[in-house]
Amino acid sequence: MAWHELLSDYTFQNVVIGAALLGLISGPLGCFAVLRRQSLLGDAISHAALPGICLSFIITGSRDLGGIIIGSLVTGTLAALLMLLLTRKSRLKTDAGLGICLSLFFAVGIVLLTYIQGTRNAAQGGLEAFLFGQAAATLRSDLWVMGAITLATLTLLAAFWKQAKLVTFDAEYARTLGMPAAAIEAALTAMVTLAVVVGLQMVGVVLMAAMIVAPAAAARQWSRHLGGMLVIAAAVGIASGVTGASISTLSRGLATGPLIVLTATAIVLVSLALAPGRGLLWGIVKHYRQKADLQSRQLLYALYRHPETPPRTTLGARRTLSRLARKGYLARTEDTAGVTLTDAGRARARQVVAAFEEATP
Amino acid sequence: MIEELLNATALPIILVGAMVGIASSAVGTFLVLRGNSMLSDAISHSIVFGIVIVWILTGQQSGPVQLIGAALTGLLTVFLTEALAGTKRVKQDAAIGLVFPALFSVGVLLLNIYAHDVHIDTHTVLLGEIGFVWLDTVELFGLPIPQALVTMSAMTLINYAFIGLFYKELKLATFDPALAKAFGFMPTLLFYGLLMLTSSTAVAAFDAVGAVLFIAFAIVPASAAYLLTDRLWMMFVIGALISIASSVLGYYLAVHFNVSIGGMMAVMTGVFLILAFLGGPRYGVIARRLRRRRLAPAAKI
Repeated sequence: MAWHELLSDYTFQNVVIGAALLGLISGPLGCFAVLRRQSLLGDAISHAALPGICLSFIITGSRDLGGIIIGSLVTGTLAALLMLLLTRKSRLKTDAGLGICLSLFFAVGIVLLTYIQGTRNAAQGGLEAFLFGQAAATLRSDLWVMGAITLATLTLLAAFWKQAKLVTFDAEYARTLGMPAAAIEAALTAMVTLAVVVGLQMVGVVLMAAMIVAPAAAARQWSRHLGGMLVIAAAVGIASGVTGASISTLSRGLATGPLIVLTATAIVLVSLALAPGRGLLWGIVKHYRQKADLQSRQLLYALYRHPETPPRTTLGARRTLSRLARKGYLARTEDTAGVTLTDAGRARARQVVAAFEEATP
Repeated sequence: MIEELLNATALPIILVGAMVGIASSAVGTFLVLRGNSMLSDAISHSIVFGIVIVWILTGQQSGPVQLIGAALTGLLTVFLTEALAGTKRVKQDAAIGLVFPALFSVGVLLLNIYAHDVHIDTHTVLLGEIGFVWLDTVELFGLPIPQALVTMSAMTLINYAFIGLFYKELKLATFDPALAKAFGFMPTLLFYGLLMLTSSTAVAAFDAVGAVLFIAFAIVPASAAYLLTDRLWMMFVIGALISIASSVLGYYLAVHFNVSIGGMMAVMTGVFLILAFLGGPRYGVIARRLRRRRLAPAAKI
């Protein structure tokens, strides 16, 4: 399919816009979740959306997105509350609370799902698709709903920007200022639920965790400021959504959700490696530079102090020798040592020796 | 009742459910105590990757090769998570949230590409089919025993053999890793062993209950037990009892309402957890409230 044909394709437009909306909402909200060390809460909430989806279907009898959103909001929030209750009122830790809520709500969802399947309803087809998402079935009307949620959530976030920021980085201080820290934390969690709801259609409950974590984790590498991080996370989210959806459409048959998730993961890996300042690759480069510098100094020192001893012939030593020769510090000779310091080399060596003796009393 | 229990389909299903619970909660107990419960989530999702890879390489959907493959995938998951967290660029929880969806995604895509007409599909992967365990039997002692029951029993034995063999080492490594290390018990190695068993159990339980419900069987009975006792060995006993009770109750409720058997068994473990949470003798909400009320007059003086 040619590109202009693809771009005017109705389904493709829907899928790409939907995926972009998902990235736009999950990126910024994911930043708060990741910074508050609640990355896996998104996972628990998204699994907990399943019973909500089923309940709304049982009540309304259709898989209309509005009802599904309300249903999954309710059960998602309930799961988050149960998690808080279990960890606050007993000696269970957060990880156990998360695992319990995730698996139990999902189990209830499975029970309800099989209950619906048992009750001969023709409209139930596609309900299961929420497990993995069904991007291709996205309707224009769904996009309006997803767009409205995204817009409302981001507006809310902008309105409570200062409070959300303070609670994220220093909840204690926020409390001493008299801010309703608990309410703001609850609001941030509820907003993650909204992001999850938008993602259900696109990537499904199972992979939603990645859409919360990955854009935020990538963005964290590029920015030290919350605002910048949010913008980058949104951009990463949108980019992975659009890329994943496009590949899925072009390949015909490869699931959209996994492709979006893998694109986001790839961006995380690139960010980890290349981000300025924090990137692992720069760290490695710096390490090798320092190592080479140290070896050069050691060799200069040795040649200066013991000019008649031939340098070692290991690979590393030979590499250092040629590096020094390139800088014009060394000259080849015919005697046993094989090399000798040039005038420039001797001057540099004196600096090294002076620096060394200054450092060792 | 007894006739019903000996009914050709009920007993195998209940036994498999109970065995899944006993084997999973054995390893789950350590995960809960160490604060690594969510690793069961990560492992149970990423073994989909392992299962698909082993299937593509060997054509086998179950059996020992799959168990070993799963153990290695579990290790891979934990290794990747630790490696990511070790870069200090992402936190531990975010690292888990990055690794398992990625592996799961690769697994699903490989299924998309290679599996058009095979039995493993994404549906089975998530839900399992405990209701059909009695269809696939092997002849043992002249009796048709469900394949799943044999696998799960073997897994239970292996798990408890490992725990029995390294009981005091595991105990110390769980409650005081620093001291265990000082004694030369290699707590990290023990932990990796435990995680390999967790993955193998997950893959063994896979056909029966699916990826997500395995988490319920691993974490929930162990958590309930944690709320009821301070003794490690007692946690195993309680975890096993809850698993058996959940399996029996879950089966009959599921049959009654005509819903997913595995799902209902998992829901039952949740019911026991809520009971332990509310009514536990020492750490339960009610007991604590009563104790506070009893102590209130004394506090006033």
